[in-house]
Amino acid sequence: MNLLPPISLLTVVPLVGALAVLTLGRRDSRMARTLAFAFAFLALAVVVVLWHWFNPTAGGLQFEEVHAWIPALGVEYHVGIDGLGLLMLLLSAIVVPMAMAASSRIVERVPLYFSLMLMLEAGLFGTFTALNFFHWFLFWELSLIPAFFLIRLWGGVQRAAAATQFFIYTMVGSVALLLAFLALFLCTGKFDFMDLATLAQSGQLLSSLASGFALHSLTAGKVGLLLCFGAFLGFAVKVPLIPFHTWLPNAYAEAPAGVTMLLTGTMSKMGVYGFLRILLPIFYAQLREVRTGLLWLAVATIVLSAYAALAQKDLKRIFAYSSINHLGYCMLGIFSVLKWTGDNPALGVEKAAALNGVFLQMFNHGLTAATLFWFVALLEKRSGGLRGLDDFGGLRKVAPVFCGMMGIALFSSLGLPGLNEFVGEFLIFKGTFPLASWPTSVSTLGLLLTAIFILTILQRVFSGPLNSKWAGMHDLTLSERIALAPPLVLMFVLGVYPQLVLGFTNSTVMQLVRHLRF
Amino acid sequence: MTASYMEMWRLVAPEVIVVITALCVLSVDLAWLRDAEPRLRSTVATLLSVAGCAVAIGWILRAPLTASFGDGVLVLSSVAQHVQIVLLVLTMLTVLLASGASFTRHISEYLALMLMATVGMMLLVSTQNLLLIFLSLELLSLSLYVLAAFDKRSARSAEAALKYFLFGAISAAFLLFGFSLLYGLSNSTNLSTIASTLQSAPLDPLLLVAIVMMLVGLGFKVAAAPFHFWAPDVYEGAPASSAALIASGSKVAGFFILYQVLVLGLAGAEGSSAWHGYAAGWMPVVAMVAALSMVLGNLVAITQTSVRRLLAYSAIGHAGYMLLAILAHTNQSFSALLYYAITYALTVLGAFGVVAVVEHEAGGDTLAHFAGLSRRAPLVSLCMLVFMLSLAGIPPLAGFFGKFYVFASALNADHGLLWLVVLAIAMSAVSLYYYLKVLKSIYVGEPADEALVSVPVVQQVVLGLIALGVVVLGCVPSLLLHWL
Amino acid sequence: MLAWTIYISFGGALLLMLLPKGSVRAPRIIALLAALAGLAIAVAEFVKRPSGELVTVVQVSWMRSLGLEYHLAADGISLTLVLLTGIVAVAGVLFSWNIERRANEFFAFYLALIGGVYGVFLSFDLLLLFVFYEIAIVPKYFLIAIWGSTRREYAAMKLALYSFVGSAMVLIGLIAAYVVAGARTMDLVQLSQFPFPVHFQMWAFPLVFVGFGILAGLWPFHTWAPTGHVAAPTAASMLLAGVVMKLGAYGCLRVAMMLFPRGLDPWGFHVLGFGSWREVFALLALIGIVYGAMVALVQKDFKFVVGYSSVSHMGFVLLGLMTLQQIGLDGAVLQMFSHGVLAGLLFAVVGRMVYDRTHTRDLAALSKMHLGKVLPFAAATFVLAGMASIGLPGFSGFVAELQVLIGTWRAFPWFVVIAGVGIVIGIAYTWRAMQMAFFGAPSNSSVGAATYPAISIPERIGAVLLLGASIAVGLYPQLLLRVIIPALHSPMFDGLWKGGVR
Repeated sequence: MNLLPPISLLTVVPLVGALAVLTLGRRDSRMARTLAFAFAFLALAVVVVLWHWFNPTAGGLQFEEVHAWIPALGVEYHVGIDGLGLLMLLLSAIVVPMAMAASSRIVERVPLYFSLMLMLEAGLFGTFTALNFFHWFLFWELSLIPAFFLIRLWGGVQRAAAATQFFIYTMVGSVALLLAFLALFLCTGKFDFMDLATLAQSGQLLSSLASGFALHSLTAGKVGLLLCFGAFLGFAVKVPLIPFHTWLPNAYAEAPAGVTMLLTGTMSKMGVYGFLRILLPIFYAQLREVRTGLLWLAVATIVLSAYAALAQKDLKRIFAYSSINHLGYCMLGIFSVLKWTGDNPALGVEKAAALNGVFLQMFNHGLTAATLFWFVALLEKRSGGLRGLDDFGGLRKVAPVFCGMMGIALFSSLGLPGLNEFVGEFLIFKGTFPLASWPTSVSTLGLLLTAIFILTILQRVFSGPLNSKWAGMHDLTLSERIALAPPLVLMFVLGVYPQLVLGFTNSTVMQLVRHLRF
Repeated sequence: MTASYMEMWRLVAPEVIVVITALCVLSVDLAWLRDAEPRLRSTVATLLSVAGCAVAIGWILRAPLTASFGDGVLVLSSVAQHVQIVLLVLTMLTVLLASGASFTRHISEYLALMLMATVGMMLLVSTQNLLLIFLSLELLSLSLYVLAAFDKRSARSAEAALKYFLFGAISAAFLLFGFSLLYGLSNSTNLSTIASTLQSAPLDPLLLVAIVMMLVGLGFKVAAAPFHFWAPDVYEGAPASSAALIASGSKVAGFFILYQVLVLGLAGAEGSSAWHGYAAGWMPVVAMVAALSMVLGNLVAITQTSVRRLLAYSAIGHAGYMLLAILAHTNQSFSALLYYAITYALTVLGAFGVVAVVEHEAGGDTLAHFAGLSRRAPLVSLCMLVFMLSLAGIPPLAGFFGKFYVFASALNADHGLLWLVVLAIAMSAVSLYYYLKVLKSIYVGEPADEALVSVPVVQQVVLGLIALGVVVLGCVPSLLLHWL
Repeated sequence: MLAWTIYISFGGALLLMLLPKGSVRAPRIIALLAALAGLAIAVAEFVKRPSGELVTVVQVSWMRSLGLEYHLAADGISLTLVLLTGIVAVAGVLFSWNIERRANEFFAFYLALIGGVYGVFLSFDLLLLFVFYEIAIVPKYFLIAIWGSTRREYAAMKLALYSFVGSAMVLIGLIAAYVVAGARTMDLVQLSQFPFPVHFQMWAFPLVFVGFGILAGLWPFHTWAPTGHVAAPTAASMLLAGVVMKLGAYGCLRVAMMLFPRGLDPWGFHVLGFGSWREVFALLALIGIVYGAMVALVQKDFKFVVGYSSVSHMGFVLLGLMTLQQIGLDGAVLQMFSHGVLAGLLFAVVGRMVYDRTHTRDLAALSKMHLGKVLPFAAATFVLAGMASIGLPGFSGFVAELQVLIGTWRAFPWFVVIAGVGIVIGIAYTWRAMQMAFFGAPSNSSVGAATYPAISIPERIGAVLLLGASIAVGLYPQLLLRVIIPALHSPMFDGLWKGGVR
């Protein structure tokens, strides 16, 4: 186990794959696909091995690697994972092959497409394992660029505008984030997340800020808030929180299906991950000051996005807004945890429940949303690109298997008990209600609205009179069924046995709760 | 007295050799070759002249002397002798470059005159006596007037010679007037005696008049502004090799004697030309002449289209730089002056050689005639590249080191000269523009005719050697400097 | 060994001059071999040196009476820049593979320029440095005037005159320093220990700094740069932006700042709000950053975009120098390397990959050609180079500009904000150029059908070489910092630090 640094190795695998695929000629589409799959599965295997080696009871970081890198800047190569990191690695490793499988409609410049996908995966792995701001940011950006080109080159009609909007939003967020961390570095001389978190916990962060900005007649509290806001912006755009979300529906709708799956399944989680790994431990004092506002922001995200989903006619856009809605629950959970609860151990348990819910929700939403977009892709393949809510009808009659399997995913998204998403949302609500009763109560409205638009889809697309245009539609082929089976099975498994995830996240959650000091 | 005459013959032996050579060149041609074909006549005359110069050089090298004869009439130092060698070498090179010229059938007379001019120059650097200075200057000048007029078929040649002669005569008068005032003030024609007499007395207003007079006369010789009016016309109209000699050898000798007169003869009457420390003497006058030469020469050169006129105005600019070394008047600056003057002479000689080639081939010397030369005569173009860049002061060529040495020695001697150094450097930046114009024409311009130019081997070799010399002297300046 | 980089380059140039005309292949192969030899030597020396201390290569007396020496040596800064020169030189030859008109002259001038550049970086005698500095001017002129494009003769003359005016200013300062220090030596190491009078430093510093700064694109003396870069043939613009501008920056650091550190001291009074030359030049650098970026944003000519971006990026070098902070100077030297590689690459894409094929650089015209599809390699290279030059992490530009910004933060806190604006505009113009040149809306007219020769192997190798260098340094900046930092701490820079700790 110590022969090779497992995490570095994990990041290198897709990178090597990306280069290997890139060297293929334009004609070798099949070869490129196969090779890309091979590397994606290899990465998955490495993650599974990591999971196997992972000690679920220890809450701290495991598989840590620390090497000096740029001493002049205090930059070290520092990677490691805890329960959260492992969860994200698992999710990424699962979603990437799914996204590749859903990319059968790509015919142009296939090697480049798959190479960019693998590069994106490398960026994800890097982001989820890096513990030093410097290379964390490197990977954060590294994942942005392939995503941009995937949308820009293979997207729909409006791809240019969508890609540009996506890039500019995330870039502005990144710049804000970068500036915030540069300011932190200037005051503390540290880039390491763990060191910064320790400083924050001991209160030294504020005092260094005060001395660092003494020149500018700003109080440390204000500076702290300013920096916190900068970092917040970077993550809020990525998640996204309303009102930073406007890039998302366009990007999701215009991106090819496989890319949309990656965007929603993994890249949106980068934002949430940032909140959990970076913002919460380092800036919890500042966040706590504006907690009420943040909570209502989360509520607005939940309710408004669900409401917006109701108004959409395009399946992809509906799921895009639904994605925002689901991630809103995560944000609700995270912000509620900020509450100052004194030494009340009962509330400590609630916090743990909420955070566990957030972890689960991240994984579950990644899985379900990716699967849903996959189904949309399959539908588009059959309809020749049509995906409007009103373009179909009565598909149940011609494609029963398709409807059945997509139904499972839809119900999972709805939060039906027995399926995966239910557990996460339940835990979040259970935890947040005692911590923030009003916002939680209002946000249940989101659940209701979600139910309405999901049922609308079921009704308009699957039921009703058969649209004669689609009388000859094929049902799912055998290979498609086989490919779709694992995620659907996983939804059931997690629905009934969430311990599979909670088993290794719980100790991380407990440590985080302790860090947040009551 | 006899012993003393013998002594004198020994001292002027090199000059005598050159005179004999001149006579030989004339008489051989006259006696045996009157009806021979021009080619043979030219070859024989050239070979004789070169051989004579070589013998003179050999003589100097074989028996180097340090001696003084009479009342400063002949003063031979190692420096003076080395400058004589340089002058002989310059004459040899000029003669070789002139060998292919076709403007006259009487090449032997032409070369004999050139040798006579050389004798004038050689005497000029080996004397410190006002009388001999004037005599040898006149010997030099008279030869040059004729040389400038030698192309009888060309009206411009005649015009140039006439202008040269008129200006020369007037300036000789000024010089003579200045010398006589000096003699009147000091009762001596020996420069060192003059200096010691003048030093004991306060600055006489008459002396100032003498200074101005002498500067007019010698300023004409070195073509410093505002006594430069003859230069563009002579450079343009005279046969190329005459112009080359006027621009090279005569320049070296002129600066040498200017330095002698001012620094040796007028020691004690320097005054000061520092920016805030003006004091009457010869320095303020020279400083003004220098500044004027630099500015005027370089700025007017920009607008020229004839390469010869361009070289003329650039020569005025270079005279300004060299005056800077005279202003510094230290031992170091003297060797800087000589280094500068010698390398400049060499470079300008080469440049006129190239001009001659182009004129022969294309029929003119404007920038348009140079267009595309690099495609037609690569070697000659490369030489011109070296010459122009050296004149512009681009390292590692001799011109750069000369400038550096002059400026450094000037500043080292007197920090008050900074303003002139700054002006000089600024003007040398300006000068790059017009030198590059020539090179642009050669390398960038499109040739009217693609055929290769056939340049006589002798000229190619001579030009190549000069270019090589400019490069080598620039890279290893000590080769020349330890002779000076 | 390092001295041979100079000799090989000049030797190659001489050989090419003497080569008979007519052969097209031989000159480029000779040039490539010479450039490769230089690079190999640079790399070997770079690997061999454990740290950046000054190591003398050759030291012989040149002009004993004047105390001049032929003194070649290298410390970490020199090594870094020699390495840069080697890389850009090889890439430049590879991107000139299609030169056929007067090929031997082209490569002769090219190698002469390279030789001069190596010489400047290795000279530790002030006059020798100046000699090589001037040698580099002339080939530049001819490369542009003969093989250039848009208004080549004007641009070439402008470049030559600007350079020469700059070097005239340097020459004045240099002679003055030589004389003031007793006219005994021009050795940089010895001169750096000589306590020049403060009033002398106060005028010599700005004189020499501006003199070198002209070549480094110091605003407002930068105007030669865009026109020169645009008119130059590809390899020459690569060299111009890649290494020649670095000559200026190197001179600013090595001569102006190292010899006259007290020139950076406060004047003791204020004029227009400025209290020292340091503040004046920092502001000029800052204006250069923002101004260059803003002008690049509105250009119609693709190459002008890159040309003005060079001005902007060189502003970071000068700003970094003026911070007088350890980290700012590190960043400045690193930025020299980074910009050298990236500007070379950008010019290669614009000049060679695009212009030589489409014969237009008009962004509006290019946007109709849909080059992203037609020349995917060019598009990919430009995208990567563009990302690198806007300072995306993982590329050399990020680490370099980051360090400069940190240094600036400590020295001039509010400048950081403005420099940040410059970076944002940088993103905008790179983005705009990329969009218009490679991903423009495909027109329905027949223009889109045009096909161009594929990107050739030499071009690919060159692009990979330059990109590889940028990424290697971006991922592991210690590679260069390992030699740069000790060099900046050598005794030669003592004066700077003593005065600099303010």
